[in-house]
Amino acid sequence: MSAVQAKPLRIVLAKVGLDGHDRGVKVVARALRDAGFEVIYTGLRQTPAMVVEAALQEDAQVIGLSLHSGAHMTLFPAVIEELKKRQAGDITVFGGGIIPDDDIAELKKLGVAEIFTPGAPLEEIVTWLRKRFPDG
Amino acid sequence: MSGDRDLAAEFRAGNVRGLARAISLVEQRDPTVRHLLEELRDGLRRPRVLGFTGAPGTGKSTLVDALVGLLRGRDQKVAVVAVDPNSPFSGGAILGDRIRMQRHALDGGVYIRSMGARGHLGGLSAASREAIRLLGAFGFDYVLLETVGVGQSELEVAAVADTTVVVLTPGQGDSVQMLKAGIMEIADVFAVNKADLPGAQKVVQEIRSMLNMGPKLAWKPPIVMTVAARAEGLEELLEAVERHQQHLETTGEAAERAAERLKDEAADLVGEWARRQARKLLDDDAELSRRLLDDRVPYAAAEEILTTEGESLVPRAARSRHKMKSR
Repeated sequence: MSAVQAKPLRIVLAKVGLDGHDRGVKVVARALRDAGFEVIYTGLRQTPAMVVEAALQEDAQVIGLSLHSGAHMTLFPAVIEELKKRQAGDITVFGGGIIPDDDIAELKKLGVAEIFTPGAPLEEIVTWLRKRFPDG
Repeated sequence: MSGDRDLAAEFRAGNVRGLARAISLVEQRDPTVRHLLEELRDGLRRPRVLGFTGAPGTGKSTLVDALVGLLRGRDQKVAVVAVDPNSPFSGGAILGDRIRMQRHALDGGVYIRSMGARGHLGGLSAASREAIRLLGAFGFDYVLLETVGVGQSELEVAAVADTTVVVLTPGQGDSVQMLKAGIMEIADVFAVNKADLPGAQKVVQEIRSMLNMGPKLAWKPPIVMTVAARAEGLEELLEAVERHQQHLETTGEAAERAAERLKDEAADLVGEWARRQARKLLDDDAELSRRLLDDRVPYAAAEEILTTEGESLVPRAARSRHKMKSR
């Protein structure tokens, strides 16, 4: 079928930490699907090591983290660290959730590529991904 | 990780990223993967391939997850290939089979790969067979292959797996459904999952009477009741699968099937390569395409391409000096 791309971008979406609010991440998953990406959704309560292992096994180019628990300053950097440890620093990490501006600046310094806060239009996430991965 | 050489080195070193990358190449139908597989072929060892198929929501992923646990308990290295559909409109997909298997995420003896079917019909992805070959070369003892949630006629899994488990649940329809051709005929083992729900015993009886109606088979598919979410009936299921594998070995069917599979695969590759090149040729060769349009039917053009193009029907990236051993 013509819509099927030869090399679709593969994205691991995960909820990290003790946070059961998965409505947002499901909406994002759907939007990314409709944009033609392959989304591997790994579910709730993931540890940074689990998320990174999934991205390696799935040959994903992108990890998207959703977090509403307030533990973003611990968990996001832990994912970045784990990626470095596994020599997979080339995998792009982005995040979404209720995250204050100051923290966003700090997280970006640590290597999180982008953060989307509540109210960000889905289109914005898709556009950002397309720009970053023109071939995907 | 760029280039063939790095990939082969990563793969040989047992780096999971090398494996994942190689599987992506077969998913992308990248013909260069042949060089890697040819390099590895002396070490190729076919893993035991167990296929799991059934309608959406019958519990295939949960069953696979539970069996992974059981096989790990026996110290077997297990890979899971789980296929989900892609959207025919956007090409995108939500691959969600991993959710049920996350307890194995950090077990180095387990590899889980989600695949989009990417427009391939039949319940699997076009890459499934080559992915199995790669997983065997990487050292996995078992590959558990989970199809998309199927209807009645996505039967490809039976041609790829050694043992096909058809997963049914209570409440899926009356006994006439059992008589229909298709999925009910490809089972080597039946799993009646969610067997704690009312009607499970009836499903078992209906399968049994369906089997008794047909001709006497050399292998009569056993029926196992399972409650995958509570890990019930799994030992029995694995035991039934193992009996089937034993049957394949003792009757010589295993070798026969392996030969059939390789013949199918070579023939499919002829189709895939030739089709790709032929389409390109028809786009590029104005003279040829004009004659095709004048002719109004496709036969003469197809014949001309096959008889005159020969070797150039092999994609450039797939060409190599490797020839088969002659005896």
